[in-house]
Amino acid sequence: MSAQLQINDPKIKPIETFRDDFTYSNSPEAIRRFPFPFHEDKYMYSVNIEPHNVGPAGSVFAPAFDIDEHYLSEIEERRRVLEEDPGRCAVLPHMMEAQWDTLELLMTSLARDYPQHFKLERNGDRWTWENRLLGIKDTFTFDDASTLPYEPFEYITRQVQGDFTLHGQRNNMLYMDGGMVTCQADWSLQFDLGMDFYEWHGPVPKAHEMGIFERALKYLLNLQVGQPVRRLNWTMTVHPRMDTSPENYHKWGIDRSQVTADNVGELAHLRVELQSLFRLPRSNAIIFSIRCYLISLNELVTVPKWARRFHRVHKSLPPELADYKGFSGYQPYVIDFLSQYDDGAPTSPGTQPD
Amino acid sequence: MSHPAHIPVRVANVETVTPFVKTFTFEPRNGATLPRFSAGSHVVVTMPGDERPYRNPYSLMSSPFELDYYQVSVRREDEGRGGSLYMHERVSIGDELDISAPTNMFALHPLARRHLLIAGGIGITPFLAQLHELERMQADYQMHYAFRNQDNAAFHDYLQDHYSDHLHCYESDNGVTLNPARLLADQPLGTHLYVCGPKGLLEAVTDTARRLGWPESCIHYEEFAAPPVGKPFTVELAKSGRSLEVAGSATVLETLEQAGLEPNCLCRGGVCGECETVVLEGDIDHNDHFLSDEVKASNERMMICVSRARSERLVLDL
Repeated sequence: MSAQLQINDPKIKPIETFRDDFTYSNSPEAIRRFPFPFHEDKYMYSVNIEPHNVGPAGSVFAPAFDIDEHYLSEIEERRRVLEEDPGRCAVLPHMMEAQWDTLELLMTSLARDYPQHFKLERNGDRWTWENRLLGIKDTFTFDDASTLPYEPFEYITRQVQGDFTLHGQRNNMLYMDGGMVTCQADWSLQFDLGMDFYEWHGPVPKAHEMGIFERALKYLLNLQVGQPVRRLNWTMTVHPRMDTSPENYHKWGIDRSQVTADNVGELAHLRVELQSLFRLPRSNAIIFSIRCYLISLNELVTVPKWARRFHRVHKSLPPELADYKGFSGYQPYVIDFLSQYDDGAPTSPGTQPD
Repeated sequence: MSHPAHIPVRVANVETVTPFVKTFTFEPRNGATLPRFSAGSHVVVTMPGDERPYRNPYSLMSSPFELDYYQVSVRREDEGRGGSLYMHERVSIGDELDISAPTNMFALHPLARRHLLIAGGIGITPFLAQLHELERMQADYQMHYAFRNQDNAAFHDYLQDHYSDHLHCYESDNGVTLNPARLLADQPLGTHLYVCGPKGLLEAVTDTARRLGWPESCIHYEEFAAPPVGKPFTVELAKSGRSLEVAGSATVLETLEQAGLEPNCLCRGGVCGECETVVLEGDIDHNDHFLSDEVKASNERMMICVSRARSERLVLDL
């Protein structure tokens, strides 16, 4: 079967907003393919890494980089964030090779998975990239950054949903050597830039003591070209706000005190990150894709299995995790809201809707 | 990662470089394309041996900017387990083999102020790819190449032709030997050291560097352990209750694979750490470069790609 058959054909919505009036919402199709992260009725950290690029037809797991109905909205949101704060994209000088690796990986993946929207023509070092969704058609010279309007990493990640970080590998360690970070769950690229793997994971509770990071690092140091891996991570966000950065904490931190029993279904969102890691062949660096999905509780409870399970996950969640993830303040409203949809019936195995 | 992707290749050329070394050029077949790779990478070549496949890691020596073919060089080891002899005696132009995707355990450090490369004999091969990269980076580098005599100086003329400004040769039969202390004592801060070659050279250079106070993070070396031939032993798998005989010329990893199991593995040379396995009973004969001396002494973990048993049986937590 060709890859194209398994990959969704996104019906791209007109631009919606992730700030101010928050017009973002999920279509019923987008709800069905939401990457609900809980495979059982409770949650604890684990090294839940699995091979990427294999997934059910149409799911967010099938393409290398998922493009969905929110494409235009997320690209516009990224443009606005960068306009206000250009430092959200930063790459250390020794990573130029990895920048080109990134551009090649993203362009070849998108052109393969979404030929209706993206096209790459390569004539030796002369490449022509066409992004029909954004009306871009540029011809440039591979390995010559002066032929692009931005450096190669920024050029291509301005056209792809989700955050990206670049990790150089040396001294048996991975380093935060660059990134495009505009839709993050409360961490700062400018703060973490240059840190090593243990340092940038420093704030995570419990996982250090469990040895999670030693095992994850050993695994990632041996990551193979052409064999990407992925995991899911999650938290909660008030409003469909992509940019929950420390830099803008003054704009969104207060939101968490405004959740009430009446508005929790509309305001509280499950935020899921599809995190995938690819070895970059020329630079031997790793690119980390953090693709963010947001779903309101009102949308989530349209899938009865998810409503039941999410209620049980919240009820049994260790308090320090709720603290770390930043939603302990309004979690009682979330639990009360979800309890209306939990009749105590068993949930079926797997994460997919029944 | 337990089953690395295999790339089907055809042998496009075989060239005799010295009486002991042949260079093999691989082209992709079946419409495959060769991935780009970083200098210092190796591939594992799978050879269809009579009793079992041979799988040996070889450094890529061709330019990382050349994607139409890969090249590796193989030194003939008459006392080895048979992989290099297979390459020398049975592989010829037009043959079809499988190789793994390139993996790099011996990368150039991108923040080095100077790169000091030291090769002994066939250990020159990863540096041939790195020299392409260093030239492109316009880096400050020196290539020090030690060999016994011209019969053991693969690519000497090529290096003279292309890198004479950076090349220093040491021919021991002529009484010229590399003095690690003299070389390492006089290097600027920020110099990174890379060594590849026989165990004696590797240990002499890295021990000297440590003694002179070089930071561990500036010392890089690669020595794929060829799994030694040893005496046969029994390996028992605690979880499945199976018991397998490991022949003198086979490794634990190969024995498990022959039995239909698929243990994690990658480099097959005791370097990458992927096949680390918990040992419940038995005495381990360690041959890898991955585990620390402490862990080795604990007798609790082994790298099944190269290490064997001192005892008659080993019980693995598999």
